[in-house]
Amino acid sequence: MTSSDKPVMIEFRDVHKYYGDYHALRGINATIKAGEFFSLLGPSGCGKTTLLRTIAGFEGISSGVVLVDGKDMANVPANKRPTNMVFQSYAIFPHLTVEQNVGFGLRRDPRSKEEKMRAVGQALEMVGLAGYGKRSAHALSGGQRQRVALARALILKPKVLLLDEPLSALDKKIREQMQLELIKLQREVGITFVLVTHDQEEALVMSDRIAVMFEGNIAQLDDPETLYRLPKTRQVANFIGTMNFLPAEILSEAGGRAEVQAPGLGRLTVDIEKQISSAPGTGQTTIGFRPETATLLFDGQAATDRESMGTVSEVVYYGDMTYYDVTLDDCDAPIRMSMRNVFGRPVLDIGTRCRVGWSPGAMVMFR
Amino acid sequence: MSEPQGRGFWRSEAATGLYLISPTALFAILLLAAPLATTLLYSVFTDGYLEIIPRFQLCNYIGECASLKLDAATGEYVQDQTYLGAWSDPVVMTLMWRSLYVSIFVTAATVIFAYPVAYFVSFNVEPSKKSLWLFLITIPFWTSYVIRVFMWNVMISRTGVINSTLMSLGIIDEPLRMAFTIQAMVVTLAHAYAPFAILPIYVALEKIDRSLLEAGQDLGETRFTTFLRVTLPLSMSGVIAAVLIVFIPTIGDYITPNLIGGGKIPMIANMIEVQMLQADNRALGSAVAVSAMLVVGAVSLLFLFLNRRYLKGNK
Repeated sequence: MTSSDKPVMIEFRDVHKYYGDYHALRGINATIKAGEFFSLLGPSGCGKTTLLRTIAGFEGISSGVVLVDGKDMANVPANKRPTNMVFQSYAIFPHLTVEQNVGFGLRRDPRSKEEKMRAVGQALEMVGLAGYGKRSAHALSGGQRQRVALARALILKPKVLLLDEPLSALDKKIREQMQLELIKLQREVGITFVLVTHDQEEALVMSDRIAVMFEGNIAQLDDPETLYRLPKTRQVANFIGTMNFLPAEILSEAGGRAEVQAPGLGRLTVDIEKQISSAPGTGQTTIGFRPETATLLFDGQAATDRESMGTVSEVVYYGDMTYYDVTLDDCDAPIRMSMRNVFGRPVLDIGTRCRVGWSPGAMVMFR
Repeated sequence: MSEPQGRGFWRSEAATGLYLISPTALFAILLLAAPLATTLLYSVFTDGYLEIIPRFQLCNYIGECASLKLDAATGEYVQDQTYLGAWSDPVVMTLMWRSLYVSIFVTAATVIFAYPVAYFVSFNVEPSKKSLWLFLITIPFWTSYVIRVFMWNVMISRTGVINSTLMSLGIIDEPLRMAFTIQAMVVTLAHAYAPFAILPIYVALEKIDRSLLEAGQDLGETRFTTFLRVTLPLSMSGVIAAVLIVFIPTIGDYITPNLIGGGKIPMIANMIEVQMLQADNRALGSAVAVSAMLVVGAVSLLFLFLNRRYLKGNK
């Protein structure tokens, strides 16, 4: 699916935000397409929530332009914007029933009372809370509050639904279930969703595209697969999943490929044009690879590509997976590898000599 | 092996609780419950000369009553003066109504003026400065209640600060009549009880999750309509607490009618004082006192009932 042909729903043009001296947003440029599930991912304090709140209108911007559906939002107050928000704390009105909460935004709706009640019923049904209308809001569980907050926002048919860490207060099982439900819901209603999260897994699972933010900047904006496979910086690579980094020396460079020498791996050729925008010259560099792209080779198993020797220095057993830290010969820092536990395959002990199979194609080069 | 019953209790958690509350409980029984019981008893006893005669009657409340006097010759009680019971006496009823509407006015004025102050401190004052503001609000409590009431006299009397200022500025020719009016009493009492109203409203406002206000705006309401639909209902528990805290003491206020009303606009507490001390009719005084308590109790119950309704949705 290509999202490039869809119309633009939200556009940030060089958006800056200062809190006194603190520079919270440092020149954000990005577009979010209509119908997209877009995530703002980053550690706390990176400005992701601030950016979301500039869309909602709860936060003014110091300079730049925020456009929603082609309109400059500069002088549009929060209550007039075509956006609705699901708050981190859900912000369910405690003095109202579930029904009154969901129907809160319908006061100015010209429809008749019966039609509004029907709409409330449908919204509750959509989020799986049919029959809960008469309950008082404070009697609900966390997951149910979440659903009420969703219904309350979606009943207004906004152009954009903003979700501020909506799942962070839920426990793991319910969170995973809600993730899938949110994806399904988004496909059904076709509304643009903008999600703020610090959970990389959540962002990868749910999003069409992800903007990874650090210190008020967007470090990388890509679809989940590109983001995971080809992170542009070490910071992004580290934030999303785990990556092994090894120092390497560039020997030569030609035609978008570089020949490098890395301790423990030896000489290898890495594609550079696909990884980083500015190609490095010769000299020191860092190469990285994901734990699952390398594999331990057990007796008699042949490497599909290249192979190195090492020693197991740490074993972490997860049931379905085992994580090994292996120190390659001639290499100081251990590399991490994740192995699926297959029936009949032993879990190695610390200190065992082992063969590591890896592939130059999985290597990413960083400046 | 089980411990002996008695020893078990005296070491139990319940007993510890009793020890802890016992000084207060004792104090409350001696100085609150005992006088209250005495007042209740007196209100159904018979008035004598400088004494109260334990003969049951209800005429102190309703109907016509007679005081008794000891006849020195026979050693028996004979009828002395007659008087009307509390609910039958138009004077008592007038004062009761006055007390009721003065305190309703005072309560309304206090709460209406206290709400914006509490709102300002809760929503507009920087968090680090809030305790300073609350401290400033409680400054009036540093002086005694009587002095604070008397200060108003200095302000509003015929030759007081306001009148002399306005006259020397040539704005008025004759002093305004402010002292000895019900309005002056309302202003004085509202001022005296303002902090009592501000604090509970402030506490209720502080408890409101600020994201609820954003949610209100996000769902299409302006700041003002969000206030009406979210902030106000959620702070009602504080408003009702403020109403009770101001209403209950003002209905029985005794000092302000004396100092500001100059004794010319007595309220129910002044009537009780007159009956108890000056007219030597403790039976009628007690009946008036109990009647006033019943009125306060009835109004308070009404508000507590309202509060329960709001609290139900607020927990």
